[in-house]
Amino acid sequence: MHESGCAAFAPFAESWKTQMRYVKPESYEAASAVLVAEQGIARILTGGTDVLVMLKAEVVEPDLMVDIKHLPGMRDIVSEDGGYRIGAAVSSAQLGEHAGVKAMWPGVVEGAELIGSTQVQNRATMVGNLCTASPAADSVPALVTANAIARVHGPDGARDVPVVDIPIGPGKTSLLKGEFITSTYLPARPDNAADAYLRFIPRTEMDIAVSSAAVSLELDASGSVTAAFVALGAVAPTVRLVPDAGAALIGTKLDAAAIAGLVAAAEAACSPITDKRGTIEFRTKTAGVLAKRAAHIAYSRAGGKT
Amino acid sequence: MKMIPVETTINGDRTEFLCNSDESLLDVLRDRLGLTGAKEGCGTGDCGACSVTLNGRLVCSCLVLGVEVDGAEVETIEGMADGETLHPLQRIFIEEAALQCGICTPGILIAAKSLLEKNPDPTDTEVRYWLAGNLCRCTGYDKIIKAVQKAAAEMRAA
Repeated sequence: MHESGCAAFAPFAESWKTQMRYVKPESYEAASAVLVAEQGIARILTGGTDVLVMLKAEVVEPDLMVDIKHLPGMRDIVSEDGGYRIGAAVSSAQLGEHAGVKAMWPGVVEGAELIGSTQVQNRATMVGNLCTASPAADSVPALVTANAIARVHGPDGARDVPVVDIPIGPGKTSLLKGEFITSTYLPARPDNAADAYLRFIPRTEMDIAVSSAAVSLELDASGSVTAAFVALGAVAPTVRLVPDAGAALIGTKLDAAAIAGLVAAAEAACSPITDKRGTIEFRTKTAGVLAKRAAHIAYSRAGGKT
Repeated sequence: MKMIPVETTINGDRTEFLCNSDESLLDVLRDRLGLTGAKEGCGTGDCGACSVTLNGRLVCSCLVLGVEVDGAEVETIEGMADGETLHPLQRIFIEEAALQCGICTPGILIAAKSLLEKNPDPTDTEVRYWLAGNLCRCTGYDKIIKAVQKAAAEMRAA
């Protein structure tokens, strides 16, 4: 910004500001090339529900906006090796309309569907949510417990990165200059497996998580847990995978001792801040409660009976 | 400053305009095309007063860039009535007094129309959740929900 404190100079100030350039590259390679060449601030546009709010609020004033949602595969959900590859520009609404993904990864879908209003749902994307890198991102914990893999396109071609490794701090990602995510991959599931996502907000809709938890479980034929992944949101600088919490459930049918272990591990993994949404104590306590409840929902969805 | 040419379809009419790269679809509709039915409430996608449909999907036009609608189909409140004949939702909103100041009304009508195309027989709860992104600061929502349900019933019978 080159804003002048003096109103008389305002027209000059305005003319100094160069206009944001908007480009629709013809390929992934071309998109990487313009991102690499950009000297100023570049942003990727898919749903725009964060990027355009920041633009409007002048929080981020990009020199370059790269619209990629027209590129091949960006808006597609395709079966791949028994799982699903979800294009980076697939909206939350489009994801929720896909019966196959919903059946295989209900927790991932419910996280994505909690973001914003109907209007926002029709534009917002999981990858956008991931790259905004809010600690409270609703679609990220269940992607983490799903062991989802982001496909990253960059100057040297494509590479696969676990979703959990994308956010590295509030508003910061591990993506390098010239890189962007083209899709996320949700792996295949065995029978008797399911996930769930819950968040706490002080109202029923349209708010940002005070704390949240995702749980993904796989059961054997007898209903014992054979694999368990637990991730917490809004209780650390990034969404946090909590291996100890998952380990507490292995070999159990979610008996009281297993749940106590899950809650203790979840609470121990919390390092939240106190802000207007909630205190450290409240966030820690609710994260444990949500992990417990999400575990029960995932268990029941996976066909387990306690 | 070089403006960008955009070709799009608005309410069935092929439309061309020039706009700046950072201009919202809402600003294009209101300030360049004279379609002032969509309102700017918050400008950040929270209030829904600027709701339009983009390729059949309900969106906030304040969170879409004008340049993004190249080749797309946009429907606004101006395309809702058939000439002088109001859409059932419009007529019943008037009959049921489901508005006071009217700022939120175009957005709510567009959103309700989009809901009824997807779900012609919604429950009250489904209507409330669908319209959660359309804020009204005058009437409260009861009359709005009632009007949507009455219009839905009439449209189902038609």
